[in-house]
Amino acid sequence: MSFLVVDKVGPATSVQDRGRSGAQRYGLTSSGAMDVTSLAIANALVGRDVSAAAVEIGPLGAEFTAVGGKVRIALAGADRAATLDGRGAWLNETVLIPEGGKLAVGAARSGVFTYLGIEGGIAGKPVYGSLSVSARAGLGSPYPRPLQSGDRLEVGTAREEAFEHRFKPFLVEPGPIRVVLGPQDEAVTQEAMALFFGAEWRVSPRSDRMGYRLEGPKLTHADGFNIVSDGTVPGSIQVPGNGQPLALLADRGTTGGYPKIATIITADLSRFAQTQAGGRIRFASLPIAQAQKEARRFAAMLSQIGERIGVVRRIANRE
Amino acid sequence: MTVSYPRLLPCGDSALVVEFGNSIEPELNRRVLAFDALLAQEQLRAIRETVPTYRSLLVHYDPTLIGYEELGAKLMDFATRKGLPSRKGRHWRVPVAYGGEFGIDLDAVAERAGLTTEEVIARHSGAQYRVYMLGFLPGFTYLGGLDPKLATPRRQEPRLEAPAGMIAIGGIQTGIQCIAAPSGWNILGRTPVRTYHPRRDPIFLIEPGDHVTFYPIAMREWGALDRAGEAGEWIAEMVDA
Repeated sequence: MSFLVVDKVGPATSVQDRGRSGAQRYGLTSSGAMDVTSLAIANALVGRDVSAAAVEIGPLGAEFTAVGGKVRIALAGADRAATLDGRGAWLNETVLIPEGGKLAVGAARSGVFTYLGIEGGIAGKPVYGSLSVSARAGLGSPYPRPLQSGDRLEVGTAREEAFEHRFKPFLVEPGPIRVVLGPQDEAVTQEAMALFFGAEWRVSPRSDRMGYRLEGPKLTHADGFNIVSDGTVPGSIQVPGNGQPLALLADRGTTGGYPKIATIITADLSRFAQTQAGGRIRFASLPIAQAQKEARRFAAMLSQIGERIGVVRRIANRE
Repeated sequence: MTVSYPRLLPCGDSALVVEFGNSIEPELNRRVLAFDALLAQEQLRAIRETVPTYRSLLVHYDPTLIGYEELGAKLMDFATRKGLPSRKGRHWRVPVAYGGEFGIDLDAVAERAGLTTEEVIARHSGAQYRVYMLGFLPGFTYLGGLDPKLATPRRQEPRLEAPAGMIAIGGIQTGIQCIAAPSGWNILGRTPVRTYHPRRDPIFLIEPGDHVTFYPIAMREWGALDRAGEAGEWIAEMVDA
């Protein structure tokens, strides 16, 4: 075994996989990666299951040192500068960190979260099938909180190999974030619903893994803003009393007492979660049958990520 | 507009809601839990997990295995079945240190109700509560059956950090909040019981459909009980299992 030691880290960097299931009935939320597409790419590059645990790096940078052996990693997701012992390292390809080598990752230039997948994985004890950090619940392994400098992740030692891997990135289609109406779309007026789809929304700086607040025109409720609490899902768009929507994400409460007028489709959640504070978005409505077609296509795409990974010879001048 | 129940509502492409009503009533909640128990028994492969609430069941499912229309029709068929199984809930006795530094809103609740603090404690610990649901936060237990005299609206300004183990009143409900978190509820006291403890087996004690009664403990009993709770003891007593 080797270690990846955290030398420096900003806030909101934590170990995440695809999240836990089975305990939402007890109020324990799923957590998990905000961008499951980039999590899958980072994992596939280092030969891991697409749902395996990786380090989700928040908007600011981080630095790591390999201790006790070589560590092979791959970065995917929000674009940022990275260096290995001072020389350029790239997203979407494997990077072999020699024993004692230092990987420095800068702040996100576009997007929010970058995933650091590790060959051999991160050692930890799953709870409800997941190592994902849920800081509020005091869960996550090996540390039940976001990473801090000095933390040591026990990780796999890199296999000796002559080849490194590279991922051929997808084109991320721009355009509106697609939603399915409901379950409480009738809780706002028809004018409010037209505004929701007509307006441009700004992601508030007061956004986090729990949810993204959206700033724009005030949405008016048809008949009060309290409902008898019911369940939430990642992508639920809740409209609280102030009329400003809140899109619930990985660390959301499992139930809520505000109406949820629409739900972001699974295929667009990764792109939505990568919208920086201040970023602008629009929404478009999709019939459920079409949304489910997109969900099936998205699931197939995740399972086929391995096919977009090619072997590249180690580039000699970067040795 | 009249709505007929049960009804189906979409919740994105990977979940749906089977709604049985729109109010907080024991019978309605019993139907939700009976339906949930039936689904657990049927073990449908496409269902990932279910979240029962006061009046609805959220069903997370895998849309690569089944579509909304087909699953919805199947669930509506189950939901309208007569004689759904019902689970006999358990009854928990939960100790509470009322008032003082642990119950910073006890005086205000008493004043609003026109009662003494002793009377508030007697009424709050004198009732038997139904566990309608757990939600929002891990182990947050929503209880119905509060003495109407004790009903107190939520605070205008939520507290940024209400303590773990908080026993509080929010409107006509009372509840147990297991972990420290923001809250607008009125805090009456604190329990050493961990309804959620990530390093205990079982991690969760109380199920929806169970019943809870509270009993007062003296402040001097707190330390030992709290340490035992942290060490993984249940503290809460299960009577007539």
